[in-house]
Amino acid sequence: MQNFLLIASTLILLCSFGYTLFRLGSGRLRPGRPNLAALVAVFVLLSADLWLRGQVLRSCPINSLFDVMIFMAWSTTLIYLLVGSAYRLSLLGAFTTPLVLLLLLAAEFAPMDRSPSIRELRDPWIEFHASLSLIAYGAFALAGLAGVMYLIQDRQLKKRKGGTLLYNLPPITDLGVANTRLIWLGLGLLTIAFAAGFVSGMQVNTIKFWTSATIWLAYALMVVLRQVHTLAPRRTATLSVAALGFILLTLPAIQYLSAPK
Amino acid sequence: MTILCAGINHRNAALEIREKFAIGNHELQETLNHLRAIEGLSGAVVVSTCNRVELYASSITPTPVMDAIRRYLKSRTSGLEAPFYTDASLPSVKHLFRVASGLDSMVVGETEILGQLKQAYSTAAEHGATNTHLNKLFQHAFRVAKQVRTETSITRGATSVGSVAVDLAGKIFGDLGGRKVMILGAGDTSERVARSLVSRGVRTVIVANRTFDRAAALADQIGGLAVHFDHWHTAFDEVDILICSTAAPHPIVTREKLESIMRRHNERPLFIIDLAVPRDVDASVNELENVYLYDIDSIEEIARQSLNIRQAEIVRCEALIDTHVAEFMHWMHNHPTPSR
Repeated sequence: MQNFLLIASTLILLCSFGYTLFRLGSGRLRPGRPNLAALVAVFVLLSADLWLRGQVLRSCPINSLFDVMIFMAWSTTLIYLLVGSAYRLSLLGAFTTPLVLLLLLAAEFAPMDRSPSIRELRDPWIEFHASLSLIAYGAFALAGLAGVMYLIQDRQLKKRKGGTLLYNLPPITDLGVANTRLIWLGLGLLTIAFAAGFVSGMQVNTIKFWTSATIWLAYALMVVLRQVHTLAPRRTATLSVAALGFILLTLPAIQYLSAPK
Repeated sequence: MTILCAGINHRNAALEIREKFAIGNHELQETLNHLRAIEGLSGAVVVSTCNRVELYASSITPTPVMDAIRRYLKSRTSGLEAPFYTDASLPSVKHLFRVASGLDSMVVGETEILGQLKQAYSTAAEHGATNTHLNKLFQHAFRVAKQVRTETSITRGATSVGSVAVDLAGKIFGDLGGRKVMILGAGDTSERVARSLVSRGVRTVIVANRTFDRAAALADQIGGLAVHFDHWHTAFDEVDILICSTAAPHPIVTREKLESIMRRHNERPLFIIDLAVPRDVDASVNELENVYLYDIDSIEEIARQSLNIRQAEIVRCEALIDTHVAEFMHWMHNHPTPSR
């Protein structure tokens, strides 16, 4: 059943991504309802998958790297559904789809531990810390995608050539605002998650601690500098993309160091 | 029942001829009454715009009715010979569908004509000049136009300097409400661009011109504020959009000058439209962060791209229209009886 849910989610995203590429190739890309519909369907399927695995594990299913990938795909979709329409950034769906697809494909096909043994019930603060951290990473993922869209739109406007992307991407000012607000959202969630981690008194590996602290500090620095107008929107966008890359690269290491031994 | 269409448009008649045939709003009722008095004519709609004067009618005796319409059109201009086109049923239906979809317009894909057609139909209906066939025909035409606009890219992109500027401003700022514009050099094109931006919600327009009286006159016309040309940069801090069209022989907005201004701009984007030849703005300004510089060539290139896209869509539009024409003709075949 769980395999079916994941395969169905992957196929839906593949179709949606293929459709977007086709529309882009034919020069008729429009902020699409198909992407939104696909992400709603995927959110429902992944929620069901997480619930089923949570029932089996009797805890939030984020014990293995496989679990983490699925959970992050789910949290990225959740944040998109929560904020995508609020900012009228419907084309954000076209950019969210490939990232969620990539996370699911990595979970399904990359060689990784995927069936941890059922453990004793963990401290609820630790559960809260871990799951909220991944939801915060979902917000950072969306901030990174808004950053990519900002950089593409900036390039289109600077090139002075017009074209399909220019007309279909949202206004660059809106993208800059969305990028900053998503960073704020992610930072707020990550701060609460870290606070929960401290409350639990959990033992943290030094590398994991400093990696997580670096991520938090990087985003905190971005919003502070942005707030005092020292960091321009374009640089904020670039840094949010780089930070997302850093998160995606270090996530497996953090998960390995957090895994119950 | 036959659908008839007669008239002239921008393709077959020059402006001097079209303006003689134009039917003003005050003449519409009289014209409709005159047409309804033609024996055998069971309904009529008069479309009169700057690019066309067309009469759509339905009749069971098309030949004498068409002759009467021609005589009427000639009588309006003391017998002036004009290249009227007259068509019956299938070509007339197809012509109306093409007109409604913007395919017969001077700027292919423009949408103003649809509003004008709706107005013409509504006026005729209010005066009781339409019948079942014309009602069905016009409702179908509006549906075709909507489908063509939704399913093809025929209305895509802007095709004039003013509309390209407005589109680009929208892609930079989103909502233009509350934005500030500065005009450097009060030329005709910069005035038109400024008016386009004001129509989209721009709040303040500052005009600077070497001749202060000209700046004051333009500012007065568009509800702006005139400043002396030598002091333009002092009023620049809050400006979001700069339109340049001076006759200066060298750039008056240099990179150095703008760099210091942009430091006070709080990271707000600056959109510069340089319409002057030779250019008023140093091209390297476009490399500055948050500055988007478009000269007249780049704006005209975008307008040309849009027109090319629209031209390429015509075949798809025609195919859609043909399907609807066949559908309407089938309905006509099944409903031959005239009714008011």
